Amino acid sequence: MNASQPFPFLTVLVLLPAVAGLLVAVLPRSRRLLIEGVGVAATVAELGLAVAVAVRFSTSQGGYQMVSRHPWISGLGVSWALGVDGISLFLLLLVAVVFPLALLGGRVRRDPAQFVAWMLLLESACVGSFLSLDLLLFFLFFEATLVPTYFIIGGWGHARRGYAAVKFFLYTLFGSAFLLVGILAVAFIHKSQTGKLTFDVVQLASTHLSGTAGVLLFCAFTIAFAVKAPIFPFHTWSPLAYAEAPVAGSVVLSAVMAKLGTYGIIRFDLTLFPHATVVMGPVLLTLGVVGIIYGAIVAAAQRDLKRLVAFSSLSHIGFIVLGLFALSTEALTGSVIQMVNHGILTAGLFLLIGMIYERRGTWQVSELRGLQRPAPVLAAVFTVVLLGTVGLPGLNGFVGEFLILVGTFVTHRWWAVVAVSGVVLSVVYMLWAYQRAFHGKTDESNARFADLTWRERWLMAPIVALIIFIGVYPAPILNRITPTVDRLAHHVALANPPAPHHLTAATHSGENAAARAAANGRAVNGR
Amino acid sequence: MLHLAFLMPLLPLAGFAVLVTFGRRLGNPLAGWLGTATVTGSFVIAVIVFIGLLHRTGDARSFTQVLFTWIPAGSFHARAALLIDPLSMTMALFVTGVSALIHLYSIGYMSHDKDYPRFFVYLNLFVASMLVLVLANNLLFSFVGWEGVGLCSYLLIAFWFDRDTATTAGKKAFIFNRIGDTGFLLAVFLLFGSIHTFTFSGPHGIFAHAGSMSTGLATAVSLLIFLAATGKSAQVPLFTWLPDAMEGPTPVSALIHAATMVTAGVYLMVRMSPVLHRSPDALLVVASVGVATAFIAATIGATQNDIKKVLAYSTVSQLGYMFLAVGTQAYVAAIFLMISHAFYKGLLFLSAGSVIHGLDDEQDIKKMGGLRKYMPLTYGAFFVAWLAISGVPPFSGFWAKGDVLMNAFADNRALWAVGLITAVLTAYYMSREIALVFYGDERWRRLRVIKGEPHESPWVMVVPLVILAFCAAFGGLLNLPFHPNWVVLDHWLQPVLGSVVRVPHVGIGGEWALALGDAVAAFLGLGVALGWWVGRSERPALEPAFLRRAWFYDAAIDRLISRPSTAASLVAATDVEERTIDGGVTAVATLVRATGDRLRRIQTGFVRNYALAIAVGAVGILAWMLTRASL
Repeated sequence: MNASQPFPFLTVLVLLPAVAGLLVAVLPRSRRLLIEGVGVAATVAELGLAVAVAVRFSTSQGGYQMVSRHPWISGLGVSWALGVDGISLFLLLLVAVVFPLALLGGRVRRDPAQFVAWMLLLESACVGSFLSLDLLLFFLFFEATLVPTYFIIGGWGHARRGYAAVKFFLYTLFGSAFLLVGILAVAFIHKSQTGKLTFDVVQLASTHLSGTAGVLLFCAFTIAFAVKAPIFPFHTWSPLAYAEAPVAGSVVLSAVMAKLGTYGIIRFDLTLFPHATVVMGPVLLTLGVVGIIYGAIVAAAQRDLKRLVAFSSLSHIGFIVLGLFALSTEALTGSVIQMVNHGILTAGLFLLIGMIYERRGTWQVSELRGLQRPAPVLAAVFTVVLLGTVGLPGLNGFVGEFLILVGTFVTHRWWAVVAVSGVVLSVVYMLWAYQRAFHGKTDESNARFADLTWRERWLMAPIVALIIFIGVYPAPILNRITPTVDRLAHHVALANPPAPHHLTAATHSGENAAARAAANGRAVNGR
Repeated sequence: MLHLAFLMPLLPLAGFAVLVTFGRRLGNPLAGWLGTATVTGSFVIAVIVFIGLLHRTGDARSFTQVLFTWIPAGSFHARAALLIDPLSMTMALFVTGVSALIHLYSIGYMSHDKDYPRFFVYLNLFVASMLVLVLANNLLFSFVGWEGVGLCSYLLIAFWFDRDTATTAGKKAFIFNRIGDTGFLLAVFLLFGSIHTFTFSGPHGIFAHAGSMSTGLATAVSLLIFLAATGKSAQVPLFTWLPDAMEGPTPVSALIHAATMVTAGVYLMVRMSPVLHRSPDALLVVASVGVATAFIAATIGATQNDIKKVLAYSTVSQLGYMFLAVGTQAYVAAIFLMISHAFYKGLLFLSAGSVIHGLDDEQDIKKMGGLRKYMPLTYGAFFVAWLAISGVPPFSGFWAKGDVLMNAFADNRALWAVGLITAVLTAYYMSREIALVFYGDERWRRLRVIKGEPHESPWVMVVPLVILAFCAAFGGLLNLPFHPNWVVLDHWLQPVLGSVVRVPHVGIGGEWALALGDAVAAFLGLGVALGWWVGRSERPALEPAFLRRAWFYDAAIDRLISRPSTAASLVAATDVEERTIDGGVTAVATLVRATGDRLRRIQTGFVRNYALAIAVGAVGILAWMLTRASL
């Protein structure tokens, strides 16, 4: 690499945590503080780099930026291709924010060296997944997330950790098998058309697929992503894994790794199979809506805070899925920012639940009562995160949820109408949980419950700040997402030429907004 | 001067920020004074902006202040911006004015509470939200305030969070409001999807489009907004949260659950009147629901024994009147009643609070009686408010309610008739309350409610009472129908509502006859109630369980909705989730394992072997693809 080349931000972003992880693994095991210090320092450095990327990111274009492409296994057409656009930028930032918090908030007693090493490797794998422009490279990173997670759940989890880890591992692996077949098939179909074997997403996007082939491949990809997200009904590993994982594991699983699934959909399904996306849209939209309502209903029956958050998470992932397949710029933008918001909010919830567990050794709601009296600061922070989760306007959750719903309403009215009920349901279970744990007369076992320490307050401060900032002033984020998402919407629209099909209204830009508005006006008139 | 507008919501918001961080260090009473100061500052700014508006003429009395771009995404563009016009300023003036008084009152009322600073944290956040709600120039920004006040309502109802009844009531309020809020959201979606805007004014705003809007769209939007209004303003079918909300501290009941927040639904409907105007169907629905709520709530209020619950049902009933006015296109009358109601109902709650304070937290009117000797000032305040709400001339309620009923008469005689009967009931339930609290024998003495005798409250609590009493008595001056120059409110709101307000034609003779009818109704209810309830506190025949228990409405909700949904939720969590979906997954896994048992030699149970198998499989597929592709 010569001096004229720009600093390879993305490559460094992918490799930095892994290198630090290997370093931690060889550090003497007794030096606990050193180990944790190196771990936190690496993740903070990563965050700094990610912020640098965000600062250099140009808002005026929707394509990939800071691309770095190096042939890797040239015989197979695999390359080390990384790039960042308005979608991956914020997932990168999310990863970079969540990992230091997870490390600081989820410190473990036993064998910290191994734990920190696995966490750092996991961060590399996550960053790699979000930045890869090469399908096989993506698959590699996507699969590479499994191993550290397996060991983190299995090694530092709670009572049923073994079962949870194996179930998580096998279930996601099952999905990945489909993904691998799909990836290979796309590449070879592309080769048969162009004579060139490549896994580069940008090139593969132009592959022509017949209707059936497209739908089959779409399904192969989507099953993997649906398991990872998780999307109803492929979610049953998640309550178990979230509940049994240690704090850091739950945080990373729900905040970051769930996004691998939804990111996979927007990056690969929409790009590679624009036609099948529209054909299969109604199915996924329905699964999204069912997930929203079903997740909320089941959450309402949970007596265990971690499981409650797991099902609430299922419900919120449903919103993201809804927005992805509504295919309007508003809905897609909403989905992307909702991925970030969901990450911040679930990270906050699991960190807080971890703090409660540290004090009381339980997260059963029935054991907790009147915590607001002994711990007003904890209660206040919990309230803010809770309100963000239920989508109170002025806090971050609202921005994503609203854009998804309004964008869906424009293209798929009745799905949006049903999904709006999720707004009511989320309040039902969240307020119930809050009332049971924080309200009421403090009983004896909770009377000596300690409020947040200064360390914990500083840990939660960035989360609370982001919840408020994104809720009040999301424009800087939205302005960076929209150009990319607009391009994507156009890409899907081009593959689905205007037909009597109502779904074509899904993709639009400013100029046909008026026509769409008129069409909707007619629809209302006709009632 | 108009450019100061942004300070109105900003001052209490800053107060909130300071109190949330340093509230406990500021302590009692400094935190309270700080909270009161920011809201008073808001009121001063509102007066300055108001004067600025007065310097302009007629149609030029509209000013938009853009704060920042809030949500830009594709063709969707929501701004945080304020609309200063006669309607929003009317709201801002009375909201900040009443809020300042009630903040002052709270300094005294809450002085013994250990969570004193937290109370003012919530109260300041409430005022900021309320001002965003009324000043926003578009529906979505207004929704920020709309949900914000709902949140503060929840926080303040559940203020005494160690009482389970209070926290449950808070939760109920939030959920009922959220049900209504789905209507708000859907209305925004529908407007964006059809006319591509949700800004009120301006050349591309809702009002500019309203004229060309189809009836179907206008009806849909109006009814969706009305759904939101039924939640916030406690109308049938979402009304029972408001009586429960009385679990909150009394200043909260006065400020949020009587004077300001609950009127937000009325404000929103008036704001959207150009759209509502296009839909006769929606208007009829609004008027009918309004008058039905007014009547139902009045019958319930006539049988309650809790001093605050009577007032709560009375509030529901009065809000019903306001919607009756909206539905008969008497928007000015709705605003007129809203302001008058804020004065006399605020006054009723504050004096009720004074009574409760004086009787060591006793709220049962059957245990009171004869208090006028011991609390003369409170009694005086209550007395004025009683005459005002009962519609006795020349107090404010007479004029405001008269205005509403006259418009109803001109529009639809059936609606008017129910409204008039409700007027009799109104006078009746209020007179029953004053009779049981202030007249008759001193039952609290016999029942040993307190040690010693009730006492009057400190000056910070008395000053607001006096000011509000003055307003409740003379509020009618805002809109006296005797001379075209005296209908001040009509003229003031003319630029906003002039085009949609319907002028009732009942003639001078008709107006006098209707006014006489109103007065007769008031005195009828008053006389009957005083005759029955002074000197006698038990009349079971007049308090049937059906009315005492609010037409069994909550019981029905519990039986038909709450319990079945709890059961359904449990079924979903066990039968569906654990047995069916996860059971299915496990069954597949078991099947695989059973097959594996046959192939035991290659099945070791270690994850690395599974991974290896996957890798081998993948390579196999890859090889297959390679050979296929080369063909």
